[in-house]
Formats: sequence, structure tokens, C-alpha cells
Amino acid sequence: MTRFALRAILSHWSLHPFQLAVLLIGLSLATGLWTSVQVLNAEARASYQRAENQINMAQWDILTSQTDLTLEDFAELRRRGILVSPVLEHELQGGSKPIKLLGIDPLSFPGLEVILGTDHAPSTDPLPFLLPPGQVVLHPETLGDLNLTQELPPYILNASIPPGVVFSDISFVARFSQQENRISYFIMPSYQPLTQNISTKPPSRFKLQKAEKSALGLSRLTESFHLNLTTFGFLSFAVGLFIVQGIVSLTFEQRRRLIRTLRCLGLPLSKLVLFFLAEILTLALISGTAGLLIGYFTALLLLPNVSATLSDLFDTEALTYLHLRREWVLSGLSMACIGALASSAYAFWQLWRMPILLGPSFLARGQQSVKGYGLLLVAGGFCCLGGVLVFQVIGGLMGGFALLTGVMLGTALSLPYLIAKILRCGSLLAQKPIFKWIWADTAAQLPGMSLALMALLLAMATNIGVGTMVSSFRLTFLGWMDQRLSAELYVTARDDAEGDALEDWLHQQRITTLPIRSTEFRFEGQLLKIYGVVDHTTYRSNWPMLSAEDGVWDKLARSEGILINEQLARRMAVGLGDQLLLPETWPKQILGIYSDYGNPDAQAIVSMPSLLALAPGAENRRFGLRLAQQEVPSVMKKIQQAFDLPNRNVVDQASLKARSLHVFDQTFLVTGALSILTLGIAAFAMLTSFLTIWNQRLPQLAPVWAMGIERRQLAFYDILRSLLYAALTTLLALPLGLVLAWVLLHVVNAEAFGWQLPMHLFPLDWLGLGFFALLAALVAAALPAWRLSRIEPSTLLKVFANDR
Amino acid sequence: MLLKVRNLGKTISGPSGRTTILNGINLDLDAGASLALTGESGSGKSTLLHLIAALDGFDAGEIEVAGNRLSRANEGKRAHLRRTIVSVVFQQFNIIPSLNVQDNIALHAGLGSKSDPAWEHHLIDKLGLRDHLHHFPEQLSGGQQQRVAIGRAMAMRPKLLLADEPTGNLDEASAQSVLDLMLDLVKESETALFLVTHSLEIAKRLDHQIQLKGGVLQ
Repeated sequence: MTRFALRAILSHWSLHPFQLAVLLIGLSLATGLWTSVQVLNAEARASYQRAENQINMAQWDILTSQTDLTLEDFAELRRRGILVSPVLEHELQGGSKPIKLLGIDPLSFPGLEVILGTDHAPSTDPLPFLLPPGQVVLHPETLGDLNLTQELPPYILNASIPPGVVFSDISFVARFSQQENRISYFIMPSYQPLTQNISTKPPSRFKLQKAEKSALGLSRLTESFHLNLTTFGFLSFAVGLFIVQGIVSLTFEQRRRLIRTLRCLGLPLSKLVLFFLAEILTLALISGTAGLLIGYFTALLLLPNVSATLSDLFDTEALTYLHLRREWVLSGLSMACIGALASSAYAFWQLWRMPILLGPSFLARGQQSVKGYGLLLVAGGFCCLGGVLVFQVIGGLMGGFALLTGVMLGTALSLPYLIAKILRCGSLLAQKPIFKWIWADTAAQLPGMSLALMALLLAMATNIGVGTMVSSFRLTFLGWMDQRLSAELYVTARDDAEGDALEDWLHQQRITTLPIRSTEFRFEGQLLKIYGVVDHTTYRSNWPMLSAEDGVWDKLARSEGILINEQLARRMAVGLGDQLLLPETWPKQILGIYSDYGNPDAQAIVSMPSLLALAPGAENRRFGLRLAQQEVPSVMKKIQQAFDLPNRNVVDQASLKARSLHVFDQTFLVTGALSILTLGIAAFAMLTSFLTIWNQRLPQLAPVWAMGIERRQLAFYDILRSLLYAALTTLLALPLGLVLAWVLLHVVNAEAFGWQLPMHLFPLDWLGLGFFALLAALVAAALPAWRLSRIEPSTLLKVFANDR
Repeated sequence: MLLKVRNLGKTISGPSGRTTILNGINLDLDAGASLALTGESGSGKSTLLHLIAALDGFDAGEIEVAGNRLSRANEGKRAHLRRTIVSVVFQQFNIIPSLNVQDNIALHAGLGSKSDPAWEHHLIDKLGLRDHLHHFPEQLSGGQQQRVAIGRAMAMRPKLLLADEPTGNLDEASAQSVLDLMLDLVKESETALFLVTHSLEIAKRLDHQIQLKGGVLQ
């Protein structure tokens, strides 16, 4: 019985190969986009993990000196309460390449557990490293370049340290290189204790070399990036499932007669459900496998964008290749199965409830759908309400995404009701019978089209929302850069002495100079950078204040308070007039809050006298110069000639802005690419809907053809109808997209990055997107319309056949 | 002469080669007259009606409707003929499910730019549809649906009404009522009627009767 029943069930696909193809393509596309995002996420996370696991000497501040450093210097720094760790360098010769031997003090070195451990098991046991005969630790690649005839202790291989470097105990390196009592430099970890005198600094004979900006500690930003990526992946997956749902419903509908017959022949309903379940899961696994391939190649295409975003914004290593990882293979196949089951759940439920002798016809189903619009509207309302409630109750990033999901799903569910109402109005307003028919026929097709239109709505709204967010961000960022980078030229000296000389020289040249001096320390668990500013009209007219007290700059000049950036205000939940409980005698009264986009850290501004009183050692290396624009090239040249500064130390405002804007634009490349892909899938969903309702359309078109409307006219009306759907969906997607943009700008950004952005509107972008949607609708309708224009009259006449 | 059919032939291709559906058909119908075509299932009755309605093409002979030769007519001209001169009533009603009764009746006349609200109101009253103007087809009985189909066909004041088993889907009482109405209306508007039926009873009520057997007129 099983064999015969299965053969009967599966025979449907040989009669409808197109449906099978669309089902497989839809599910493959959905799984593919989801997988591509998972591949990129997994690869980027692995990249962070590698970065976290690797020892990079440039990640720490380093103290050096023009004179030789000794153990006495180490003792002096420790006595001052400054945490430092000595390093002794020696170059090993004799191998194929020169290799750097680094002697470290295992008791104070900040990255010891990484050096002594392995990739997967960090270790903190320093004894084998310390006790004779000691150890050297090196990267496997270094082994080949090393001359092993040298008298080195036993080696340990560790891929977490950079190639070309060998670590060992400092006492061994001192003996080996005959540099007793010598130290090359000191590492100064960032976790310095907040000592009683926070202005404690190393003596001036030490030169502080700041750490490179690193990916470490930027997990908040990268997590937000991945959340964004995952949300898009899920959205694309959901849009793909709309295609699957439409086809599965149709295939079940078309097999009603078969189901009834099989049950009448004695096949139990439970077995029938089991057969259909096996069928859908088999198709899901086939599509899932194809989806994995699509996902892998899509990820390869998107890889340069993601890599550019990560390396430019977050300073992580560039992603150059993809690994086959078990997690995204399993995730892809699971999502294909879950998606297939979710999109066929309603069809299974209907199958379970179907009376053995009676199944509603297509027409009746259409009527039920029309009646069901009201129910969908109510369900949509509950979704929106649920999203708002969750946001109100839990708030934060998750609350923001719950609000987004609720509102988007709710509006998508309400779409058929809203379109049906608009079409009804159009029908009532139409005067000519042909237009009445077009409106009415468009409404009649709505049940078959509603899922595709929901997919289009979501894709369009996402495009509008994300586009508005990115463009608002860009516009604000540009305005903000104009305010923040108000000096025409920025000059950085190599050290304080050169800075002093440069400042004197600039005064002699009668060039208005704004010193950029700062200090930083840990405050309430976060790094706080405090800048000092001189009282100058540049700040008074340009500084991007979000809110400020009256006479803020006069008060600041009198050292009566402090300005803080938006990030610090949000994290500390403080506002104007509040006291910021800084240590010592730092000004505490908050006089103003300013925007500080792109900076993840807390920042504040005091008057220059306040800064110099509390941090007299604040470096004096950077200056903003106010010049007439035409003087910029000549002054740049003069400074470079006078001080022999490299190009990167003398940067004009335009170059700085261009560089910042480039980084900004790179950030949203992936988001833009995924938006377009989602829209493409929505267009495909429309095409499949048009093709699947094709057979149901003929009985409605044939009578109109018989009344004297040519086939090509009917085809033209079909295209017009598709454009009408797209136009109405775009109209409804616009407010939804703006809500999405508002939530992204005011909730998600504030939670992920710590700043809120003003929302700007870009009607020209909407027009462009609307045009794109109409184009997508045109392309989707083109094939069915072409078929209609070429259909044989005999096919249409079959509609009128008496024995039909 | 409103309708002239001369030596008409129609063949179709099938798995077993070409099959002749109609062969050497000749017939005439004057304006305002009525003609019943009878025959068994598969004899080619509906095909002949479709050819006269300019819905399909033929291989041999000629059909002339109100001076329009169909063998030379392109799709545009055929469509124009259907919009302005010929109307068809089908057994399955084939009214538009998404339009209400009023809009269905106005549709065909509107397509041919021949709307005449007074005539449409008269038809609505005559067909007993006044109380159902805003009803949709699924809310009507079979008899009512066929009356809507007749109203739609007659609203454009066709010169020739073609009816393909118009009562085939109706019970006896409804069938009588629908036929009475149709005959009444074609007489009132001086429309010629070409009616396909398998019922000799119905055929007898028309001016002329012809029979088709195996694609040939008897």
C-alpha cells in the first residue's frame, strides 16, 4: 500500500515540474542567503578569535628611552606604582631569515597565558618556562627559519604568536645575548590602577609609544554588526519562505482530489500526513544542500565588502578565504527543514482537518481568503502591539529588534486587507467598465498574490528603512565632520619637544593654533579621554552640541564645568547640570553634551588650564591650524620643510574628511548588497505567484477575450495590474520603512553604539526605489504576459467547453 | 443577409494525425431571424459557433458576418467584431466573478463603447435582476447567473447573438424561463439568434432548424 500511495502522491510532480522547480529554487534561495550570512559571521568571528588569541606587541603602550634602560629603571617605575613589564630584544642570525628573540618577565608579562598555552587551552603555569633548562616558544612557521644548532632551550610550538618571533625568559635572553642588566623597552598594560595621584606619569626621560588601535574591546561594535547581518539574513530567509509557502499551498490544493481518493481507498490520515512530511523533508534536504552551495558562493561574492567593513571600521584582519565549517552546514540544513515545515504547517493543518468527502474549491478558497483578511489584520495588530509592549518592558537592543519584528510582521499581515480596501475604492471610483473590470480582477487575484506582496513589502520597507538610516547617518556624519574638523590643517609632532618647537614656530608665523592635548584614565570601568581646549571662536561657533547650558563656553573657559560626549552621557545616565563624579579636582558640573559619532569610547572636554593643572604631562604634539583655504598648501610645505615631518603628520581637512567618509561608506557595503538581494528574491516571489495562478486566471480572462479584448491587450492589462500591486505595496512600504529607520536610528543605534542620530528624509531615494520596485514587477509580469499574448485561442476556448 | 457561411472546413491536429471537425458547411441567417443547430455531443456544434463568433480560425471556406469576411480578418478586426456586432451566451454562464450584476451587464457594451443606460435598465427589469444589482455571481442561482449572461450579451445590442446550450446547466423551470426571456429580447431588439442545443423541443421554438452530424450539415 505504501508504495502505491507514495507513487500516487509523487506523480503530482511529474505533471507539475515547474512547481517542483520553483519550490526547490525558493527553498534553496532562502537557505542560501541565510547560509551566506552564517558563513560570513562564522568567518569574521573566527578572525576576531584569532586576533584575540594572538600576541601582538603593538597592542600595548610601550615605554622607551633615548638612553639604555636597566633594571634600576624597572625598579623606579614599579616604586612609582606604574605597572610595567620588561622586554629584552635580540636578533638571531644564522637561519634562513633573521628572527627576533624576545626575553620577557613571565611574572609581569600581560599576555603570558597565550604564550604558554595552545590555541584551545591557554595556560598560566610559568614554571617550565622559568626553571632550567627553560623554554623557547615559537610559531610553527618560524621553526623552518630557525638555526637549531644554536644553544637554545627546548622549543614549544604555538600558532598564537606571530611568525618570526621567539619568546623566552628574559634572564635566558640576557645571558644568551650577553646583555646582562639591559632592557630594550617596557610594556605598559592598559589596566593601570587608578592611583592616588592619577597624574602619575613615568619620568620625562621615558618616551611613551601609544598602542595601535586594535580590534580588542570592540566586541560591542562587532556584535552589532553581526546582529545587523543576521537580521538581514533572517529577513531574506523569511522572504524566500513566502515563495515556498505559496507553492506548498498550491500543491496541497491541487492534490485534494487525490487525497480524498486515497482516503476513500482506505489509507489512514496519519499515514498520509507521514508521507507528505517525508516528501517535504526530502525536498528540504535537497534544497538545503543546493542552498549551502548558493550560500557559499554568495558569501564569496560578499566577502570583499565584509572584509572592507571589518578591516576599515574595526581594524580586524582582512578575510581572504572561507572555510567549510560544520556549524554553518548544520545551520543551513536545519533552517531548510525548519523553513519547509514552517511554510507548510498551515497546509498540513488544513489536510488534518479536511473532511473525507468534501474539499472547498479554488473559488471558495479565494472567498475564505478575502474573509480571512480581517483576521489577518487583527493578527497584524496584535503583532505590532506585542512588539511595542516587549520594547516597553525589556527595552535595549533586544527590545528594539522585537519592536522591529513585531511592526514589520504586523504590517505585512495587514497588507492584504489594506490593498483590498484600496482596490475596492478604485473599483468604486472607476467609471468605464473596462477599468471597473481591471480593479475588480486585480482584487480577485489578491489571494494568490498576497504572500508575494508581503515579501515585496518587507524587502521594500527594509530598503527604505536601512537606506534612510544610512543616508541620515551619512548626512549627519558629514555635518558633524564639518563641525568637528573645523581647522584647515592638522599637524602632529613626533614628540613633545618637537611639539613645543612647532608651537613656537607657528606663533612666529602668526598662524592661529589650537593645541589638541588630552589625558586618559579608567573611570567607572571604562576608558575616559579628557581633552583640554583653549577659549577660541572656532569651538564657540562650530562644536556639535546636542544640548548645552546658556553661556556654556564662558563657563568652560572659567573652568566651571565639563563637556561630555553623548556616549558617556548615555552610559552614565547623566544630563545637563548633573555632576560627573570624577576623581580629584576635575571640573564636575556638566555644562554640555556633544555628538561624537564613530567613537566607541567615553570622552570629555575641560578648559586647557584645567587639563594642564591636573595632567601637566599631557602630551603637546597635535595642533589644529586655522588658515585661509588658499594658504593651506604653502603652510603644509613650510611645516614639512622646517620640521621634516612625514606626510601623514601634516593632514589637510579635505584629506581627513575624504578618508573618514571612505571608512564610513565601506561600513554599509554589505548591508546595501543584502538589501538588493532581498529585493531580488521578492521579485522572484512575484514571478512565481504570477506563474502559479496562471491556470486559475484563464477562466477569468477568457470571457473578456470573447467579448472583444485582444490577447495582447489582456497581457498589457496584466502588466498594468502587476505595476499597480507594486505601486500600492511601495506606498505602504514607505511608512513602514520610515518606522524601521526611526527604530534603527533612535533605539538600535543608541543601544549598540551609544549615540542617537537625527532622521532625515530622502524622497528622491524613495522615488528611485519605487522605480526599482516597478521594474521588478514589470520583469516578474513579463513572462506570464508574454505567454498570455501568445496563447492559442483553442486554449482559451477550452474554458467554454461544455464538458469542462 | 447577416450571416453567410460558405464551404466552411475546420481540422485539428491530434496524436493520431489531423481530424476533420467541420466539412463543407453552408448556411445563411437573415437579420432578426433565429436558427437552431442541433446534433450529438462531439458533432462540432460548439466549434461552428466559435468560428462564427470569430473566436477561432478555420482552414477552408468563408464566414461573413454583417459584411465582415472572417478569413481575412486579423486579430484586431475579429476582436472589434466581437465587441460591436456579435455576442455569445455560454452554457457555463462565464460571467465575471469579481464584478457585481450591474457591472457584469454593463461590461460588454462598455468595451464596445455602446453603453446605453436606458436600455441596460430595461434589460435589468425585464430579466428580473433589479433586486440583485449589487450581488456577486456566487450569490446567485444558476438561472439568475444565466440571466445576467443574457443581459450582458444583449446590452451592447448585438446584430447576432450566439448561444451555446444556454439552458444546459439549468433545471427545467429555469431553462424555460431563460429561453422565454432570450427569445423575447432578441425579437424586441431585432437581433438574429444562432442557438446551439441538443434539445429538439427548444430547437422547434426557433424560426429555422439545422442538424450537424460528423461535422457535416444534414
